[in-house]
Amino acid sequence: MVNITAAKPFYSVLVLAFFCSLMVAGAAVGLRPLQEENKALDMKKNILLAANLYDSTKSTEQLFANIETRMIELASGEFVTLENISPQDFDQRKAAMTSEMGLSLGDDEDIAGIGRVERYSLVYLVKSDDKLDQIVLPVRGKGLWSTLYGYIAIEEDLTTINGISFYEHGETPGLGGEIENPRWQAGWHDKKIYNEADEEVIRIGGKMGDKAEEHYVDGISGATLTTDGVDDIITFWFGENGFKPFLSQLEAQGGKIDG
Amino acid sequence: MAETKTELIARSIFRRNPIALLVLGICSALAVTGQMATAFVMSICVILVTGFSSLIISIVRFQIPNSVRIGIQITVIATLVIMVDQFLKAFYYDLSKQLSIFVGLIITNCIIMGRAEGYAMSNPPIPSFLDGIGNGLGYGFILMTVAFIRELLGFGSIFGMEVMKLTTNGGWYVQNGMLVLPASAFFIIALIIWILRTLDPEQQETD
Repeated sequence: MVNITAAKPFYSVLVLAFFCSLMVAGAAVGLRPLQEENKALDMKKNILLAANLYDSTKSTEQLFANIETRMIELASGEFVTLENISPQDFDQRKAAMTSEMGLSLGDDEDIAGIGRVERYSLVYLVKSDDKLDQIVLPVRGKGLWSTLYGYIAIEEDLTTINGISFYEHGETPGLGGEIENPRWQAGWHDKKIYNEADEEVIRIGGKMGDKAEEHYVDGISGATLTTDGVDDIITFWFGENGFKPFLSQLEAQGGKIDG
Repeated sequence: MAETKTELIARSIFRRNPIALLVLGICSALAVTGQMATAFVMSICVILVTGFSSLIISIVRFQIPNSVRIGIQITVIATLVIMVDQFLKAFYYDLSKQLSIFVGLIITNCIIMGRAEGYAMSNPPIPSFLDGIGNGLGYGFILMTVAFIRELLGFGSIFGMEVMKLTTNGGWYVQNGMLVLPASAFFIIALIIWILRTLDPEQQETD
């Protein structure tokens, strides 16, 4: 065995830890470009999944060709073109954190628990024959342990949900993680976000009671706090600080997209 | 060493299978055997990690002070597992999303620690490496067998290819709900252990 001096365990561990951290750091840095590319592709795939357009026999890029990525200003709800940033390079999550591109939310406004919201957001317009068919909106908010990132596709009537998908979260697999389950996500199809008075009324989980079926989505058993989070996400992103100005704007224009 | 190189690899698959005889690594064997594709990737990852962790630990075995040896083994294993995870994220993103939690759990897979502590600490690098690979293969063999049974009877497919059309898809095969659940792997592993010990009575324990 080893001849032991008192210092030996210390420096052998230090040397080992140094080499191991070199290996880990090397792998993480060296492979990052490839990983980021995969992530971007995965986001596109989830946009397609939300819009129920995904088809595993075709390449994601090919399917994504029918989708137009545009930028809007959340507060005014209008389409904008920023001079220095193209929609392809816009990093929405980072933008929320900067002082010129993001705003901090007051406690009573911050329903989804995100702290800061960006001034501009990406929207994905799905067109068929030059007519607007669906809009896919990026949403995020706090679940139980983590921030959930996802997409919601709504139809051209601007209130019916076509589909939903979550592409990143750190919820407990098997419980909160079931928000990824396509079978649960399928339950969102054809639900309506707004009621006649244009209020956001969709509710997830809990007793159905006297809630109207078209505004009620099944919860996930064992994941009450996560689904509550999803509920808050919808409330926030389809409220005044979210996409509501944009959707009202579109409605006023009769669902036509110009410029 | 009494064992030849081929023996070192082969004995771990049937005669001294880490799952069937040593009953190590059961936890992950339950979790990832629902589908053959995930089981296959998991097996590859474990083979790589056991092989290389045994190799590295065996190379530095004379430098490892006895008092911190477990910590050092875990550090080496954890490094390898993180690297495997990074590679998966870079080249097999979809699989890594499905597997990432289990890949992280390879660190706690008892087989790897068991081989590092029980074999690599007291044997030269090459046999240790082969022993690691062999044990990984033994683990993979059980995983694939269980996954084959579970996927075929539970989902009617093999490697995601439809073999028996499910009634839910308008076919004739009624999916076996129990085999879809992780707990069913317990029964299948128990049956495999039974068969192995019947074929090779040497493995039977005397009480």
